[in-house]
Amino acid sequence: MFSFFKQKLGKQETPETPPQPAEESQAVEVSATPAPLESPEPAPAPVEPSAPLQVAQPQDKPRLSWAERLKAGLAKTRNALGKNLAGLFGGGQIDEDLYEELETVLLTADMGVDATGHLLKNVRDRVSLKGLKDSQELKGALKESLNELIGPLEVPLSLGEHKPFVLMVAGVNGAGKTTSIGKLAKYFQSQGKSVLLAAGDTFRAAAREQLVVWGERNGVQVIAQDSGDAAAVAFDAVNAARARGVDVVIVDTAGRLPTQLHLMEEIKKVKRVVQKADPTGPHEVMLVLDANTGQNAVNQVKAFDDALGLTGLVLTKLDGTAKGGVIAAIAKQRAVPVRFVGVGEGIDDLRPFVAADYVDALFD
Amino acid sequence: MLENLSGRLGGVVKTLRGNARLTEANIQDTLREVRMALLEADVALPVVKQFVADIKVRALGQEVIGSLTPGQALIGVVYEELTKLMGAQNDALNLAAVPPAVVLMAGLQGAGKTTTSGKLAKRLKEEQRKKVLLVSTDVYRPAAIEQLKTLAEQLEIEWFPSDVSQKPVDIAQAALDYAKRHFHEVLIVDTAGRLAIDEAMMAEIKALHAAVKPVETLFVVDAMQGQDAVNTAQAFNETLPLTGVVLTKMDGDARGGAALSVRHITGKPIKFLGVGEKLTGLEPFHPDRMASRILGMGDVLSLIEDVQKTVDEAEALKMMKKVKSGKGFDLEDFKAQIQQMKKMGGMSALLDKLPGMGQLGDIANSQASDKAVARIEGIINSMTPAERRKPELLKASRKRRIAAGAGVSVQEVNRLLNQFEQTQKMMKQFSKGGMAKLMRGMKGMLPGM
Repeated sequence: MFSFFKQKLGKQETPETPPQPAEESQAVEVSATPAPLESPEPAPAPVEPSAPLQVAQPQDKPRLSWAERLKAGLAKTRNALGKNLAGLFGGGQIDEDLYEELETVLLTADMGVDATGHLLKNVRDRVSLKGLKDSQELKGALKESLNELIGPLEVPLSLGEHKPFVLMVAGVNGAGKTTSIGKLAKYFQSQGKSVLLAAGDTFRAAAREQLVVWGERNGVQVIAQDSGDAAAVAFDAVNAARARGVDVVIVDTAGRLPTQLHLMEEIKKVKRVVQKADPTGPHEVMLVLDANTGQNAVNQVKAFDDALGLTGLVLTKLDGTAKGGVIAAIAKQRAVPVRFVGVGEGIDDLRPFVAADYVDALFD
Repeated sequence: MLENLSGRLGGVVKTLRGNARLTEANIQDTLREVRMALLEADVALPVVKQFVADIKVRALGQEVIGSLTPGQALIGVVYEELTKLMGAQNDALNLAAVPPAVVLMAGLQGAGKTTTSGKLAKRLKEEQRKKVLLVSTDVYRPAAIEQLKTLAEQLEIEWFPSDVSQKPVDIAQAALDYAKRHFHEVLIVDTAGRLAIDEAMMAEIKALHAAVKPVETLFVVDAMQGQDAVNTAQAFNETLPLTGVVLTKMDGDARGGAALSVRHITGKPIKFLGVGEKLTGLEPFHPDRMASRILGMGDVLSLIEDVQKTVDEAEALKMMKKVKSGKGFDLEDFKAQIQQMKKMGGMSALLDKLPGMGQLGDIANSQASDKAVARIEGIINSMTPAERRKPELLKASRKRRIAAGAGVSVQEVNRLLNQFEQTQKMMKQFSKGGMAKLMRGMKGMLPGM
């Protein structure tokens, strides 16, 4: 979805930039952009002077760039989804065929049988209640239903009074945890917060290195250990953050499938040990979900919520053709707030989730 | 979903008992359930639609075998078709090329390409004694090259060093040269994850393919992937001449509908399943297992097979008569039941043979553990035939002998006898038609099993 944004952005601002997810290309993009170099705020820079260039980018025109990106990203979603929709809402009578088309659209967006049934029923009720006749009006009704369903998921992350604010990140293998952490660090920095990363993925080959590289790019300190104990790393990180007066600690964990019970026990331990270092923490337990995931995402949310008590979700990889409609199923079965959406591999491609934008992007 | 589907089928079954042929009318409900099951398993909608339509054509007019209901018979057809669609069993890698045979890995971000590369290298090295070279062309994700290097070191497999400042095509070519000069038999080229709509990246992998001319181009797919699997698979298939598919993260509880979508769209065989993050976790693909996983109804399927194969209808009838008369149900029958149960993989299947008892299956299955069943069998085996026929013979000294023979305590023998008595009582109640009492009896008996 976000790639939609990217495309548009590319066309309008940096026509020569290939939409590459590459870090390298990212850097190139930055310098190629007529960026008000480090103009307003080297705010996040105090920690590391290497950051200003990249930091400047997201802050250039955060609103515009974000909206543009979102639209561009969703344009792709629309292309796949929208082909149906163009005909669907093109006008004419509301009939059973139309409802079936609608069902198709929702199912193909990964919303699942349950949520799709719910939405369709809801739309039918609206249609009969308001006496809607035109298929164009049906679109409005569907948007309303969808907004009603996923609207409650829009709860922005607030750091509150905690210092350090301890954020723990969990997820299945390959969901994009480490990449999201890099982006989160960037996000907090752009708000003037100092960040510390804990390299808690002690299992996958080179996971620690991946986080360290991210840390270097962001000018963020990373706590890593040679030991294989994620809980120990987290403990050290929280203590280090307190000692150094850091605002936010982000604890990375290894990817795990909820069926691997011993690993689920291990992550529970990480949480317990974090609580030892800071009895009020962790203040946020975030599950990273790949937008490509189908109905299994619901299982993931349930399993991790049961184990850890989730407080938020991050939906990544919305820059592809996947629509992440599974959040509708999640809203229905285990409503955990969606804090952020990931729309690209660039370091600033992580945005707070706005339900209305998401719905608009799906249908406009 | 399993509970769902079986439960729903149970409902459908009740209304349709006694039909001899599959007709449009009597399979409609089941077809809808199948559609739902496939969608819940993340099979892409276009694929589901076509599949269900095909099934309908194939199923109409089919005879309903034995004691199956039309719904069950249809599921049998669905399963067969699904298995067939999944392709030939265990399509191995084709490495018949002038060495080095190049294997190119492609897929989305986070699909598991690098881990799969390592697993594949290990498999080739250990099972086929190949000299393997690994190379990463992922210059984008931080530490991706490092990850492959670490894997290679763990596996003691040679890897070709690359650097993020290089171009992927250059890296691949250099690795190929190196492999040729050092007589490597297989070169596995790991690539960066890419979105199918990212034209620049897709062009890059096309160039990579042209540069190294792989004999195998494997598309790595996350078993958890949803509806978008069709779009991704199509785009990759159009860009690259794929030769096979690897389905990863199969140790999760995803039903893996993506397998069917990808298979349907690309027509390429699924060659391996990735199971777990340990480097041994790469398994050959079994279409039948995948089919039942996608349908989420292993039990229902095995029941259908049982009816078709295992159970001797005549014997089942004999047992039914015995049960109905409420007489002559002895330990020998008890044991025979247990053995049949084992043959059919669970008590629920057995209960299904008794009319109207299918609904009890869940309770029974969850509570009767295999171990306990094996124990019971052992105890009965330690009895003489006479004792089995007349359990009232069993007094203290015989019980001690049996306990010693089965390697259990006397208490356990007593417990078994109690259970048997309860079952006997239950059978009598059943013969008197007291269904409600029977249910109560069942619940009392099962926890001990």
